[in-house]
Amino acid sequence: MKSGSKLEKVLSAGNFAVTSEIGPPKNANAESIKKKAEYFIGKVDGANFTDNQTAIVRLSSIAAAAISLSCGVEPIVQMVCRDRNRIALQSDILGAAALGIKNILCLSGDHQEFGNHPESKNVFDIDSIQLIALMKKMRDEKKFLCEDEIKNNEPRIFIGAVANPFADPFEYRVLRLEKKINAGADFIQTQCVFDLEKFEKWMNLVVKQGLHKRIYILAGLTPVRSARALHYMKNEVAGMSIPDSLIKRMESAKEPKEEGVKICIEMIERLKKIEGISGIHLMPIGWESITPVIVERAGLLPRPIV
Amino acid sequence: MIVADRKPFDEILNSIKDYKRIILMGCGGCVTICFSGGRKAVEILASEIKIAGNKINREINIIEYTPERQCEYEFIDEYKKDIESCEAILSLACGVGVQAMVERFPDKIIIPSLNTKFMGYPVEHALWEERCAGCGDCVLEWTGGVCPIARCAKKLLNGPCGGSSDGKCEVGKDNDCAWQLIYNRLEKIGKLDNLRKNRGPKDWRTSTNKGQRKIKFEEAML
Repeated sequence: MKSGSKLEKVLSAGNFAVTSEIGPPKNANAESIKKKAEYFIGKVDGANFTDNQTAIVRLSSIAAAAISLSCGVEPIVQMVCRDRNRIALQSDILGAAALGIKNILCLSGDHQEFGNHPESKNVFDIDSIQLIALMKKMRDEKKFLCEDEIKNNEPRIFIGAVANPFADPFEYRVLRLEKKINAGADFIQTQCVFDLEKFEKWMNLVVKQGLHKRIYILAGLTPVRSARALHYMKNEVAGMSIPDSLIKRMESAKEPKEEGVKICIEMIERLKKIEGISGIHLMPIGWESITPVIVERAGLLPRPIV
Repeated sequence: MIVADRKPFDEILNSIKDYKRIILMGCGGCVTICFSGGRKAVEILASEIKIAGNKINREINIIEYTPERQCEYEFIDEYKKDIESCEAILSLACGVGVQAMVERFPDKIIIPSLNTKFMGYPVEHALWEERCAGCGDCVLEWTGGVCPIARCAKKLLNGPCGGSSDGKCEVGKDNDCAWQLIYNRLEKIGKLDNLRKNRGPKDWRTSTNKGQRKIKFEEAML
């Protein structure tokens, strides 16, 4: 075992994994984190805690993850390169591990232009692939980036990364996944899948390269509550592919929320059949209470006890 | 070349409100090429200041000079006499020129009227684009001649982030995604393999992190 995390155990035992996501609050309210974490108890194998996503200031992902641990939900800490240099990142990896955190997901991070402090200076001292390699070095070589030794208690982290099959240039996306694997990533969570056709095309290339045998791939899914949400993502979020047929289906739905859940469940059914998919990652974007409903209705309960 | 842009007129006017005898000091170098600080720009700004002064019945004496370069002592020394006798100098040079003036005439009030923006060149008439961030450790060899430090909003070294869409950068849709350009260029010259290798963290010591940088050309030192 690289980390001994629950997620690692679930995946390495060959189970179809389920992870989901919690966005920490824009205040210091621990109760709201506990409440959201409670939805997830026994329903998922790991809960992502976003790191100031879309560059909007929120409670720290590591602090939120520590609260989640105390509720019995295993956290996956998201860590972005936007706000911290290599010194702070390594320090936070140690701190997270000391708090009992065993999964960290490495991302470049949304640019501050999209957040509530667009006037800030960004860091991007290292990029997400370099962060993966740094974390692996700390865990496997017991060394900091500078080659100094970590004498004992090195951080045992299950290293996550992301992939966006829908961004450009498409031909480069598989190669970039391979770079992340080569850097040392153990699992991948993808950008939310709405365009199954394009996703299948990408997965085909992934399988052709044999990459699915070297990493666990969890397909990202977002249950939507309205057609408006789909319009927004299609028009405002770069690197998203949303088929018009899906928008039409949501527009003509009598109960759009229920329709969104149905779509999500149908997607899970189809994703399960795609070669190389090891699980799903649900990103409910503020609608955390829907996660247990979807997991149950998709027949993914009970979660394996490992 | 260094590309600069004139500050808003009200800001300039406010910065000289305490002075009556002013030199407008242009620069015949880069800022002449980008229209913001050459002889013409000096003339235009002088007229605007005079008109604005007349409106509020304030007389402002302006002398106009445009040395060949404001960033070399030998060119600005020519105007020493007038500089000594004026109240303030409004510089239409880049930040380098302004500071050369300050260091050469440490007792004088030197006021900038430009915002210095970047190192770049005119990609078409009257359109300048940034091309170099002066990081001090050039990567253009393996990126096919497209700089991700100057042109990628995240300074990524291992390929495009998820915000690359239709060749554009999500941060500023007027901008091409630097990594799409790198990909296209490497594909064209048959060097896509350059993108397979994982690039390690950059050594930023050659950049601005240690404060002011210096270059010494030993052979030419007196």
